[in-house]
Amino acid sequence: MEENIEVKPEEFKQTCLKFHNELRSPVMMLFACDERAERGVFCLRAVFAGTFARRWFIVKADLPAPEFESIATEIYSANLFEREIKEMFGLEPKGNPDSRRLRLHDEVWPEGFYPLRKDFDATKVAGEKGKYVFNKVEGEGIFEVPVGPVHAGIIAPGHFRFSAAGEPIIDLDIRLGFTHRGVEKLFEGKTPAEAVKLSECVAGDSAFAHSLAFCRAAEKIGGAVVPERAIVLRAIFLELERLTSHAAGIGGIALDVGFSAAAAYASIIKEAVHEVNGQISGSRFLKGINTVGGVLKDIDEEKKDLLIKILTAISPDFRKLKDLLGSSVSFMDRVETTGRLSKKVAEDLGVVGLAGRASGIGLDFRKGSRPYATAGFQMMTRAEGDVLARLNVRMAEFEESIRLIRYWLDNLPGGEISVRSENKSGTALGVAEGARGPVLYWIDLDGTGAIRRAKIVDPSFHNWPGLSYAVHDNIIPDFPVCNKSFDLSYSGNDL
Amino acid sequence: MNTLGEIFKKRLLGGLATRQIAAPAGFEAVGLELSAVIRQLFKRSLNIREVDTGSCEACEAEIIAANNPIYDISRFGVNFVASPRHADALLVTGPVSKNMRLALKKTYDAMPEPKFVISLGDCAKDGGLFKCSYYTECGVGAVLPVVLHIPGCPPPPIEIVKHLLGFLRKL
Repeated sequence: MEENIEVKPEEFKQTCLKFHNELRSPVMMLFACDERAERGVFCLRAVFAGTFARRWFIVKADLPAPEFESIATEIYSANLFEREIKEMFGLEPKGNPDSRRLRLHDEVWPEGFYPLRKDFDATKVAGEKGKYVFNKVEGEGIFEVPVGPVHAGIIAPGHFRFSAAGEPIIDLDIRLGFTHRGVEKLFEGKTPAEAVKLSECVAGDSAFAHSLAFCRAAEKIGGAVVPERAIVLRAIFLELERLTSHAAGIGGIALDVGFSAAAAYASIIKEAVHEVNGQISGSRFLKGINTVGGVLKDIDEEKKDLLIKILTAISPDFRKLKDLLGSSVSFMDRVETTGRLSKKVAEDLGVVGLAGRASGIGLDFRKGSRPYATAGFQMMTRAEGDVLARLNVRMAEFEESIRLIRYWLDNLPGGEISVRSENKSGTALGVAEGARGPVLYWIDLDGTGAIRRAKIVDPSFHNWPGLSYAVHDNIIPDFPVCNKSFDLSYSGNDL
Repeated sequence: MNTLGEIFKKRLLGGLATRQIAAPAGFEAVGLELSAVIRQLFKRSLNIREVDTGSCEACEAEIIAANNPIYDISRFGVNFVASPRHADALLVTGPVSKNMRLALKKTYDAMPEPKFVISLGDCAKDGGLFKCSYYTECGVGAVLPVVLHIPGCPPPPIEIVKHLLGFLRKL
């Protein structure tokens, strides 16, 4: 359920602070819309989540001038959003001390061109280019280690600038945006039916969570009541995606401390799930399943048996993997107390999803939702906030996902798997708790059923600052394992 | 006392620690042929450097899967290397974000001759879904000379190997 609250521009900041303090919610989304053509103004929207209750609060204000009072000076989790609004819309967050761009890199994009403005013309982009200024740590014996954007492995690009004194990291400046493709602009003008495919390619390893969040938003506007069977099928696919993602995360942690045998084990489990995904849906990455109004792929008796067979096979494999990791003293030594993120810092930074739960933030949007509530869903949290805690949450969630899928396969309701969704105008928020955390889509449809604005927030966008904080005082060789324990998406962040 | 002996004994009695998982039908045959072609063309092995220029990372996941213990394409003489200086081929995914253009060219320039470029995934061909964006270069071909394109969104490991074989066989 979402509640829209419209306030005067001068009340926007105070209202946001009120929701932030009362709900204890970080800024889940903060974004602008260019409505100059229709109403002559830009407007801002801030989204807050009600704890446990599935309630969302969307605060909206019009901006009479291309500027607004920075919220980030009070609520840190608004910071990246404000920088994003500044570079994409040219709206100035007054008082925000960090005005560096996130995605339109200074070296390739001149000043003064704002792609998400409606009157933006890509053919006119020209002019002098600038240079990015990294955080600088000064003092005796401080040295900088630049890493990326092209890394040694088969991995997405990003730049990490470490400032270290001896072994420990004093500061880590993460510069992302290397995979920026202009996704939000590409949504504009498309119908929801056309845009589903695009949502699947925002973050490929979370293709299903992204298309699900998008479809849920479109369904809210269209007034589609998704059939019971489709709700359960979606939950099964979402958990299958979590299995592959968590297996990759667990394997990655093992690999990054040099524990190849365990990493190989995890990759076998991951492959088994991808393979069965392909067999039951035609896509190893669960693409082409979601549609506005339900799903396109059903799970019949034969596919059900296939799924159960695979789950039965990987369960003992997974237990062995757990034993392998837990019984290795040198492995535990590397992950325990490494990359610690305290609950207080996680809350301040607005860390969400799995990384948040491993730091004691009990927030999982599956909890209480259909069909999770009836399946007896157990949320996993840990208090320690270190690499081991994130590993433990991941392992517990992996087993819980297997249990849930089995439960739903045994209790699959009958009936249709999709309904027609009408073309209506309106705005709505869609949420899906993916493997990393909540994937959020806010969309605005015009009268013809075309998308006027789509705002996407992958949980990675909230969590990257958490990583750069967690590595403080850790040694640079432990950075890879810290990074893998968060297992964040570059493409989902960069859009 | 005799720990090593005990490990061997356990292994002999208990069999392998992992269960047997077969790659999809036909993979072994394709792989063996690829191995023979690579041996003939490169005398030893084919070394590939991978660069992501803005893919959604599904392509990366499939390239990693090709290296997992089930497919294990390194046994056919295909190695993924950490440095472009060690590479014969550059494997590029993504529509080429403007932010990656320079890094991609630098990576290519750092490779020793002779070298060739492979693009992988639908958006690497011409930008795919991201073709009309303000921030992409409409595919790898707009920046580097591509000699082989592997289609798919994303291409599964067996397709990667098949396309690689098809290309090398013609050389």
